Amino acid sequence: MADETPLLDELEKGPWPSYVTEIKRMAKKNAAAKDLLGIQEQSYKDRVTHWKHGGIVGVTGYGAGVIGRYCDSPEKFPDAASFHTMRINQPAGWFYTTKSLRTICDIWEKYGSGMTNFHGSTGDIILLGTTTENLQPCFDTLTEAGFDLGGSGSALRTPAGCVGQARCEWSNIDTLGLIHDLTMEFQDEIHRPRWPYKFKIKASGCPNDCVAAIARADFTIIGTWRDALRIDQAAVQEYVKKGLDIQELVVRRCPSEALVWDAKTQELKLLVDDCVRCMHCINVMPKAVRPGIEKGATILVGGKAPIIKGAYLSWVLVPFMKVEPPYDEMKDLLRKIWEWWDENGRTRERLAELIERLGFKTFLREMGLKPVPQMVKYPRSNPYVFFDR
Amino acid sequence: MGRTDIGPPDFHEMLPDVIKKNYGTWKYHEIPRPGVLKHVAESGDTVYTVRAGSPRLVSVDFIRDICDIADKHCDGHLRFTSRYNIEFLTPNEKNVDLIIADLKKLGLPVGGTSPGISNIVHTQGWIHCHSAATDASGLVKAIMDEVYEHFVETKLPNHVRIAVGCCINMCGAVHCSDIAVVGVHTKPPRPDHDRVVAQCEIPTTIQSCPTGAIRRHPDQSMKSVVVKEDLCMYCGNCFTVCPAMPLADAEGDGVAIYVGGKVPNARKPPMFSRMVIPFLPNRPPRWPEVVQAVKKIVDIYAANAKPYERVGEWIERIGWEAFFRRTEIPFTEQHIDDFTHAVETYRTTTQFKW
Repeated sequence: MADETPLLDELEKGPWPSYVTEIKRMAKKNAAAKDLLGIQEQSYKDRVTHWKHGGIVGVTGYGAGVIGRYCDSPEKFPDAASFHTMRINQPAGWFYTTKSLRTICDIWEKYGSGMTNFHGSTGDIILLGTTTENLQPCFDTLTEAGFDLGGSGSALRTPAGCVGQARCEWSNIDTLGLIHDLTMEFQDEIHRPRWPYKFKIKASGCPNDCVAAIARADFTIIGTWRDALRIDQAAVQEYVKKGLDIQELVVRRCPSEALVWDAKTQELKLLVDDCVRCMHCINVMPKAVRPGIEKGATILVGGKAPIIKGAYLSWVLVPFMKVEPPYDEMKDLLRKIWEWWDENGRTRERLAELIERLGFKTFLREMGLKPVPQMVKYPRSNPYVFFDR
Repeated sequence: MGRTDIGPPDFHEMLPDVIKKNYGTWKYHEIPRPGVLKHVAESGDTVYTVRAGSPRLVSVDFIRDICDIADKHCDGHLRFTSRYNIEFLTPNEKNVDLIIADLKKLGLPVGGTSPGISNIVHTQGWIHCHSAATDASGLVKAIMDEVYEHFVETKLPNHVRIAVGCCINMCGAVHCSDIAVVGVHTKPPRPDHDRVVAQCEIPTTIQSCPTGAIRRHPDQSMKSVVVKEDLCMYCGNCFTVCPAMPLADAEGDGVAIYVGGKVPNARKPPMFSRMVIPFLPNRPPRWPEVVQAVKKIVDIYAANAKPYERVGEWIERIGWEAFFRRTEIPFTEQHIDDFTHAVETYRTTTQFKW
């Protein structure tokens, strides 16, 4: 019970909208939300979490999608004693009809605490807090309404992508179409954990990488192009006329010195072979510079947060791949990676750590890929080289 | 039993008409004012987007409120961004002010467009996580209150992406953010021998330790483990595989601050965030030391970085020595890496500043 929450009340002050206000709103009509408020106040008092390690709970036929959670003081907070989370796979690009959102709200008000995250870090809708008994009926009702659970544990986590071609002129691939297709293709991998650890797939339409795919995904898909940037000289001149310091803010900021501004002819020239497609000039002048026409994606592997051997950024595996339905080349590559990782990976070893342990060379051979300089920052400096005899 | 493996709804069902019609044929965009985007398609069609901040942890009634706005002005459609912002899309320019007025009534800020501070990507913290070394939602609320002006205005040199991870698992792109607040433990786990035998697999627990600090209990009759405390850096990985190894501690837990990470490839390649403040205490409800540290870093960056420089690019230009001097953050032995790839971070040149 939480009738007084002096510490949390402090978080209702200030201009940013308050999650405490949101819990209180739900607490008026939902006992679990009321106890959630109490548990949070207790943590603010004690400065430690009051949630225990999850137990194994779930819905029939799945090993993923539900995070079991129990409070460490059930006698004090009986209505949130078990407070499991359901991860609901979001529609690609996070677009919704209000009808579909209202349906989820009605279901969650009936079966859960009424508290949600739109969305969790990975991309799922998070329905926060229900009892073990309510999991199955809640899931059944959700699937009747067309929604399904996302991934958790040592499974494929719910794939996610940026807004892509739905509303972005920079997207070189159809991230929504791709993510939806991969999600449907790999339902079994999402719902039934059987790997050494988690595996994440994320797709960004351009190198700005709005879903942080390079930092977070074991399999990173970043849209790019093979030909030249398209420059509309009249639009460039328009930016200059409006006061843009093109020499300082565009040309000098180009990381590979691929742009030349001819002040006399008022022309922005591109040294095509020098361009590394970083997006800076496009970001500054979206009306004047656009990606090229020969579009596809760079596939990178290995991105992850620190646990266990430190954080990794994804590195280049396939410099350029065409990305068109039915995406067979990408799916074949994913299956090959999973097979090798599943066969060789230790418990809780992510793909990057396994590649580091067994060697990128070994990995490339297993994948049937030829080494190319685009895969490395620089070649090795040490002389400890293996040759096959 | 219900149906299984149906997957998410097809996104096509969720798209507003103007998006369906112009899918893949957008030509350019502009940002007429903070929090509003205008995208123009090859067809000449235009879509306006109004972006609003959200606390992320919301009730179903909050979702119904924003649905009311979308029903009124956006033909019953809305979307969310990867940073939890809510986006209202409309082809009618006159709806923009109406949407903003209705958002104001709900107390939701309009903003989050570049260059500024968008919503903070964060984790669950004390709301739902067993391994949290700090809260997340409360820290986010306290920080966003302080840097609010940068959400509703666009006056920074570039985006400042802030993230909060409640432990070093760093769910979310915490390790590549301009400013990252990370919950840290600073006391070793305390094996509860009675529970280890019942709840944990001993070889897995030993193997989970990145520094080899966990050993079999020397007394063979004890089916448990011991922690070599001088090797432990409190990552909590053992606790994840063995619940009988708790390490949360009111005094020992707190927050570290990392800066200078980025994800986009624009100009410099993606970068990791680097630790600049090893430990600040957990002081709920508003974490004043943490909020002030974030504010100070933002202010000094805002005053000194060149246009388009991200925090990490600015620091690389001026040098880390200059960063520590300007921010008056003390440099300590904790700042020097001693984990797996540490030597890569040592300065192998005589080029540095005084």
